[in-house]
Amino acid sequence: MVSLLDIIGPVMVGPSSSHTAGACRLGLLARGLVGGTPERAKIELHGSFARTGEGHGTDKAIVAGLMGFRPDDDRIRTALEIAEREGLDYKFEKTTLDDEAHPNSVRITLERGDRSSTMVGSSLGAGRVLVTQIDGFPVEVSGNYHTIVLVAEDIPGSIAKIASLLADDGLNIATLRLTRQKRGGDAFMVIELDDHPDEIVRDHIRSLPWVRWAFRLDKVSA
Amino acid sequence: MYRSLAAAVRDAESRGITLAQLALETESEDQGRPVSEIRDALKRALDVMQGAVQRGLTGDLRSASGLVGGDAAKLVNGPAGPLAGTPFRDILARALAVQEVNAAMGVIVAAPTAGGAGVLPAVLTGLAAARGLSDDALVDALATAGLIGAVVAERASLSGAEGGCQAETGAAAGMAAGAGTEMLGGSPSQVSHAVALAQQGTLGLVCDPLGGLVELPCVFRNATGAAIALAAIEMALAGIGFAIPADEVIDTMGEIGREMDVRYRETAGGGLAATPTGRKLARERLVQIKRG
Repeated sequence: MVSLLDIIGPVMVGPSSSHTAGACRLGLLARGLVGGTPERAKIELHGSFARTGEGHGTDKAIVAGLMGFRPDDDRIRTALEIAEREGLDYKFEKTTLDDEAHPNSVRITLERGDRSSTMVGSSLGAGRVLVTQIDGFPVEVSGNYHTIVLVAEDIPGSIAKIASLLADDGLNIATLRLTRQKRGGDAFMVIELDDHPDEIVRDHIRSLPWVRWAFRLDKVSA
Repeated sequence: MYRSLAAAVRDAESRGITLAQLALETESEDQGRPVSEIRDALKRALDVMQGAVQRGLTGDLRSASGLVGGDAAKLVNGPAGPLAGTPFRDILARALAVQEVNAAMGVIVAAPTAGGAGVLPAVLTGLAAARGLSDDALVDALATAGLIGAVVAERASLSGAEGGCQAETGAAAGMAAGAGTEMLGGSPSQVSHAVALAQQGTLGLVCDPLGGLVELPCVFRNATGAAIALAAIEMALAGIGFAIPADEVIDTMGEIGREMDVRYRETAGGGLAATPTGRKLARERLVQIKRG
């Protein structure tokens, strides 16, 4: 369903909803995977991102997102200088992802403390984005909801336990997807929520002995 | 939101309300949010639009490549032409202004997209300034524009990569024409004629930016898009109707977009981008961007 505010918006730093606003949103989502501003970032640009990204400020927008700036934050313009000042060690490379990759795609590898994570995502146009891979697991995260991603041992009852934990905190699940690479291997869960979960919810999930890690990706759409 | 402008016009006329009121009520029901919240969000968008117009008119902006910037101010301070002293000239300046801000990585409202972001604020704020209309009237106009844009998104496309520039500045011209017509007292039926008149004037328009950058011709397409919107408003308010209904004109835009060669859909592979000068400028300027 198209919303009036999707048409009259988003408010954003120019010049391109796909190459600037969408790129910033991908940076914001990646940041969530390491729980804050990373210390090191390798950003590999694919397709049109690689070809015309510099002229659209795609590089600045992604780094801005990694630092938690939103698409309408005019610090995007000077994001590279700010990153250097604040000790975010970033590097850009051009790459070719697989043939099916959307033309505006990026692979972002981040390190923060003892945590590292790799995300692949695409900017689909008009500021809409889709994360398609996290740490090698195929996913679909749009950033239209508050999202929790977690990796857990594949044991019976894990979904029920997490669902009841969320219900106890009064959170309504919009979608839940589970993928695993093999039976008994690690299971990867993407849970989209109608409401904003606070840190405590994530801590509850993390305290489960069979959960390897859990991260919260804040909603990035308007 | 509505998928047909004809259906929206019918509902508004049978209830004796404006398309703006209908759009706000429908959005309120769709999203489960009070009308006041939606008006507040549109008011914030309006504030950003007005800020971008003022910022762009100062004339000291340059895009990353240096290809565009400073032209809006020429319409303010430059020599007179046949439109000197009219709202028309002021609106052309405003359209260039917003798009120059966009190209210089300033803050704008993507309405419907960043590449077509100059048309709607130019036409609406320019007409409001000329007629002394309030911000409330402008918020209503943005609601009407949003309804029209939603219909275009559902029936055709709002993406240059999918449908060419007819889907960006063309759609923006349709939205501005309809919203401007209602803001100046036009009926819902006149609004739909204005949309059809503007959109028919942009059918087939390709998306051919130099180097793939949202700069040239995008900045000027916003000014000519605003001109088409003004022409449509003038005709619709004079009582002129367009025989093909707006929904069908929009469908036609979608059909042409789907048939359009990929060279003309934001890939810089055809059109002005592929001219000898276009290629040369893109090459030189991209090198300049890399050097910072």
